Amino acid sequence: MVMLNGAQIVVRTLEDLGVTQMFGYPGATVIDIYDELYNSKQIVHHLARHEQGAVHMADGFARATGKVGCAIVTSGPGATNTVTAIATAYGDSIPLVVITGQVATSLIGSDAFQEVDTVGITRPVVKHSFLCKKPEDIQVNIQKAFYIASTGRKGPVVVDIPKNCQNPQVLVEYKENLDIKMRSYNPTVFGHKGQVRRAVKLISEAKKPVLIYGGGVVQGEAAPELLKLAHHFKLPVTSTLMGLSGFPGTDPQNLGMVGMHGTYEANEAMHNSDLVVAIAVRFDDRVTNNAKKFCPNAKLIHVDVDPASISKCVHADLPIVGDCKAVLKQLNEAVEEANLEPNPQIDAWWDEINTYRAKNSLAYQKSQDKIMPQQVIEAVYKATQGQAIVTTDVGQHQMFTAQFYKFDTPRQFITSGGLGTMGFGFPAACGAKVAFPDRDVICFTGDGSFQMNMQELSTCKQYHIPVKIFILDNHTLGMVRQWQSLFYHQRYSQTDLTFNPDFEKLADAFGHKALKVSDPAKLDEVVQQALSMKDDLVIVDVLVDTDAKVFPMQKVGGSMADMILKEEDA
Amino acid sequence: MRHIVSILLENQTGALSRVVGLFSQRGYNIETITAAPTEDPSITRITITLFGDGRTIEKITKQLHKLINVIKVSILNEDNTDGAVEREILFVKLQAVNQDVREEIKFICDIFGAEIVDITPVLVTVQFVNTSQEVDRFQKAIAEHSEVIETVRSGVCGIARGDHSLHV
Repeated sequence: MVMLNGAQIVVRTLEDLGVTQMFGYPGATVIDIYDELYNSKQIVHHLARHEQGAVHMADGFARATGKVGCAIVTSGPGATNTVTAIATAYGDSIPLVVITGQVATSLIGSDAFQEVDTVGITRPVVKHSFLCKKPEDIQVNIQKAFYIASTGRKGPVVVDIPKNCQNPQVLVEYKENLDIKMRSYNPTVFGHKGQVRRAVKLISEAKKPVLIYGGGVVQGEAAPELLKLAHHFKLPVTSTLMGLSGFPGTDPQNLGMVGMHGTYEANEAMHNSDLVVAIAVRFDDRVTNNAKKFCPNAKLIHVDVDPASISKCVHADLPIVGDCKAVLKQLNEAVEEANLEPNPQIDAWWDEINTYRAKNSLAYQKSQDKIMPQQVIEAVYKATQGQAIVTTDVGQHQMFTAQFYKFDTPRQFITSGGLGTMGFGFPAACGAKVAFPDRDVICFTGDGSFQMNMQELSTCKQYHIPVKIFILDNHTLGMVRQWQSLFYHQRYSQTDLTFNPDFEKLADAFGHKALKVSDPAKLDEVVQQALSMKDDLVIVDVLVDTDAKVFPMQKVGGSMADMILKEEDA
Repeated sequence: MRHIVSILLENQTGALSRVVGLFSQRGYNIETITAAPTEDPSITRITITLFGDGRTIEKITKQLHKLINVIKVSILNEDNTDGAVEREILFVKLQAVNQDVREEIKFICDIFGAEIVDITPVLVTVQFVNTSQEVDRFQKAIAEHSEVIETVRSGVCGIARGDHSLHV
């Protein structure tokens, strides 16, 4: 029988679950666990400079690898600092386990020093949470947390561990090969067979089908199955922001991103379709625009592992609950069994779609003296041959990245889509780089977003995490300014960022390298230079046009096809 | 339409707050809620009554299922069932100083089948068990004859009629 104390059980359980990288910040209520981590040969811990950064790093690690990300923080402010990052992971269904210290059980409820009801404060933004009441709870709760986080619709799980449960003097049994069972949690994997048969029949009969897929395809490792279905039926394919990288960006059938800043062809195809095949999307308002005007002539097949996502925002005519990889496999098998071919009229549909494509809705005007933000993405895309892992923050630069960097392999694109968390991109890039030290990891950020978590430059120095940070620096909060410019009579209320720090000096202060560029003619050269500095974290401060705007842009309250294509139409 | 939702969930710390939290988080209103352990002490049964159309109820049911602690959810008065038996307990403390009022209270209690469970020289406490609708009627009737000092209602507890049953 293996007898361990609570702190040892935390570390041992994590080791046995295969954890190799952790991110966190110590404090009084986790000091015993940190003392044990000091002994671990398997787990490398990265000390972030803020708990939010630590959890975003674990999140970036999870998104890049598909493994469960793991972070550990202390009680009270340590735990509250993680809330935004946990909500970010929840918004995008990312598997994450956050271990939080808690005051001793005898002090819970007494407003003790650094006490906060962590389980209560995180409840609306976690998939589940556990409060350990005794050392014996720790192993089973951590194992359940990993299981819950990584199955069904994935998501973050919090395990709150009071200080006295970690007491080095109290030994309890560590159970090797402990099997966890939960009668109340059995996610559906396979789709209903009859529904699958009906679905493929509908697809083969459709004259104007569109396939839309979301982040579930990436998180569910379903890209090969998706590709097979799409190619067999010659389906036009569009992706939500979270789906990007789940279907090759360079595939001729790819229409690009859908929704608020999606391409003209993707939104028009959706609006004019007679069948929407939705795989692991949840029809967020940024995708549907006005849900009442959503795809008026289309039937909807909706595949999702979460039954609550089906018919939540738009009515599904043919719902299939199941893991999207398993269901896509079933769909492909059903196609073969029934020997189904695409409707011959699909060619006429493609002709129509090609007229939408001819609008060239992402086209933008270049200038002699100002760098356009789109150019930066294109330059980095070219220089990295489309192979980098790319993270973004939130705002204009995020949309430009989604529009202009073509992601061909899953997990290449890491962004906060659901919650839209500024400050996510840089720490997420750190997590991805920790997972893949040999790959180029690029963070596209804005001058606003970057300043929300730039303290992690210190972490990167300490652990040698040489990510490349491209700040699309327009000295303003670009996306808000875009709205102010188009809809608020150019009243630029509180969006001015003229008083940014000198990012070159900032990089220098943290011991990193920096480059600055404002001349369009020098952009490619600077990008190359930055990428060639393999062993350095490089901040590239790219001064871009302040008035550049993201188009297309859907009109608020309109259908998906109600788009503003250029500024004059706004 | 009024619905009775029955939920079986793991009897664990915080499980009830997840259910209640879900309702406020998603903007659904609870009319009544009751909770107590079942014959299996590891399982709590919650009964919630609420108003909403079919779509809302479907959404709520799905969201409840999504909670990790929830084992089963059932809408007791769904169309395809035999309906449900539902009861609510009312205690009402009434001003009853003079003889006339006491007799009036006794008279109304007899008509409705309510019980007097406690008495003092100035007060009478009445217990009434019935459907919520009937409890409403009784409350109204009794209030016409005596001053109400205090009221407590248990919230609805219900069980499906016929062969339907909710168990693990």
